[in-house]
Amino acid sequence: MSELHYLDNNATTMPAPEVVDAMMPFFRDRWGNASSMYEFGGSVRRDVEDARAKVAAFLGCEPREVVFTSCGSESDNHAIFGTVEALGPGATVITTKVEHPAVIQPCKALEQRGVRVVWLPVHNDGTLDMDAYKAALAMPGPKLVTMMWANNETGVLFPIPECAALAKAAGAVFHTDATQAVGKIDGVDMAKVPADMLSFSGHKIHAPKGIGVLFVRRGTPVRPFLLGGHQESGRRAGTENVPYIVGLGKACEMAAVEVRDGTLSRIAALRDRLQAGLLRIPDTVVNGNLEARLPNTLNVSFPYIEGEAMLYHLGDAGVCASSGSACTSGSLEPSHVLRAMDAPFTSLHGSLRFSLSRYTNDADVDAVLDAMPGIVKTLRELSPYGH
Amino acid sequence: MWDYSEKVLDHFHHPRNVGTIENPDGVGEVGALACGDALKLMFKLGPDGRIADVKFQTFGCASAIASSSALTEMIKGMTLEEAAKVTNADIAKYLDGLPEQKMHCSVMGMEALEAAIANYKTGDTTVRELKDDPLVCTCFNVHESEIVEAIRINKLTTVEQVTNYTKAGGACGKCKGAIQAILDRELGRPAADSPAAKASSAPASFADLSPAKKVLAVEKALEKLVRPALAVDGGDVELVDVQGGRVQIRFLGHCAHCMAAHLTQDGLVQAKLREELGAPDLVVETVQ
Repeated sequence: MSELHYLDNNATTMPAPEVVDAMMPFFRDRWGNASSMYEFGGSVRRDVEDARAKVAAFLGCEPREVVFTSCGSESDNHAIFGTVEALGPGATVITTKVEHPAVIQPCKALEQRGVRVVWLPVHNDGTLDMDAYKAALAMPGPKLVTMMWANNETGVLFPIPECAALAKAAGAVFHTDATQAVGKIDGVDMAKVPADMLSFSGHKIHAPKGIGVLFVRRGTPVRPFLLGGHQESGRRAGTENVPYIVGLGKACEMAAVEVRDGTLSRIAALRDRLQAGLLRIPDTVVNGNLEARLPNTLNVSFPYIEGEAMLYHLGDAGVCASSGSACTSGSLEPSHVLRAMDAPFTSLHGSLRFSLSRYTNDADVDAVLDAMPGIVKTLRELSPYGH
Repeated sequence: MWDYSEKVLDHFHHPRNVGTIENPDGVGEVGALACGDALKLMFKLGPDGRIADVKFQTFGCASAIASSSALTEMIKGMTLEEAAKVTNADIAKYLDGLPEQKMHCSVMGMEALEAAIANYKTGDTTVRELKDDPLVCTCFNVHESEIVEAIRINKLTTVEQVTNYTKAGGACGKCKGAIQAILDRELGRPAADSPAAKASSAPASFADLSPAKKVLAVEKALEKLVRPALAVDGGDVELVDVQGGRVQIRFLGHCAHCMAAHLTQDGLVQAKLREELGAPDLVVETVQ
């Protein structure tokens, strides 16, 4: 096995050593229940609240507006089902065609129950059709808007500050799935962005899997999702997952520094070098808007060859990436995001996503740039279309 | 990550017989760039009538490449009669198995071989004799005979299996009812419709049609009478389901956000379907 070059950080990230260190005492020694009345358990309450304060400082909100959940998907489900339940059966849900399945599937489930759902289209470069959005906001009745801040596949950003303001002006409740945006852009600041709810997940920002957050602005109409306990101010029952909450607090503390200390531009420079190098391979195209894009994400298509085959060859070179091809999804259809962008079908099956993090270095980029031309050449020689 | 056998990975990393042959005796091409996989297979016969040389080109995933490579190794030296008996199950067995969701890769190999042999015999480049062979899956262009063949060779019993083996039904899912009807017939299950559906010579009334035939009839009417009218305004419609006399549709394009879509639903879609299908009680509903 060659050295590992991990370029799949939009899938999950390496837990930061500092985060793991912060968590360990809560497995080994301080494993009490935060709701206890004795010091052994009750003292960990302070660590939970300390973590909550760190998350709140990172998001620019009040600590009591932070609800700890088990993952980003739970946060999305909570926001969508909880709000529609609170708004009543006449509510309309406005979302987009390129959301993560954690938003698409709840919206489809609501649609089957008779709730009207508007699926907003995107342009060819993956940016939001703002005219369609404004038209949808003009519809009568109570509304929930749920749209992603950054796309997990292409990294394309939606103008969430503007979209949230438009929703507020139209009297709609606004939720954003910011799972891919948090920690990767500056400006995820709830003091400035008038969003009512925001979801994100710990494991995309170097905390472990199994912890997520739903920010709920005070006064937002949303029903509790898990019943059965007083935890999280009654919004989400379940004994607090103390080690993971503490780990997430540490991860947010680190991310808060990182969005301002130049790390993001270093990541963007690496990504741009990777992009420039891959574009030297004939016929390569970048999917998505080049400007309104996360600094860490690159989605490229190599026409006439297929993504899974590329990933297996990359794996031999120690490179971890992902693809929007049908064969990698376990379904027979390629990426719904690229299809919504009306990407040419030569691009659909041959797309690769490289996503970087603070731990990505020049050697990782070089590994891809060394391996990729040969892989494309080999597979194109195999392909009936690849002269 | 797929659980590929050592043999699949070996044939993927070291594909045998890649390329083309000058003046081949038979060429078979199946799949398409748009579908995500395609295979071009060609062979040349020796003086003894056996396959002396065989080459392939594949666009597709690791298991598609491995299936093609394995097929070429298997048929080299065979007579065409022997080669014609090679099935997708043989290809999968040669590779020590394929993941269930990847069985369509082995079917693609079998179909390319069939096409190449047919090409040798008839000089025809069309893949199959398509007369009386209805197109079932429009997304992946799968005909009824291909589904029947996959069911018989691999003893399939569910729609999901048919999708894994042929890709039919794997995209929009509109044809799942039709696939179920084919399965019911192949497995000798009492179909909900029976006699009326089989009496295709006389124009049966809409209510007597099998679910699959209803879907096909509605789809045909939509294509002929409704879509051209909607296209004028940049709209479109897709068929979601047919349950008895209830037809569920979904508007697309401009119609999807049109405030007057319910007028189109009743005044155009329902009216045209009732007229074309001779079903005055037919009801059209919009979903989503």
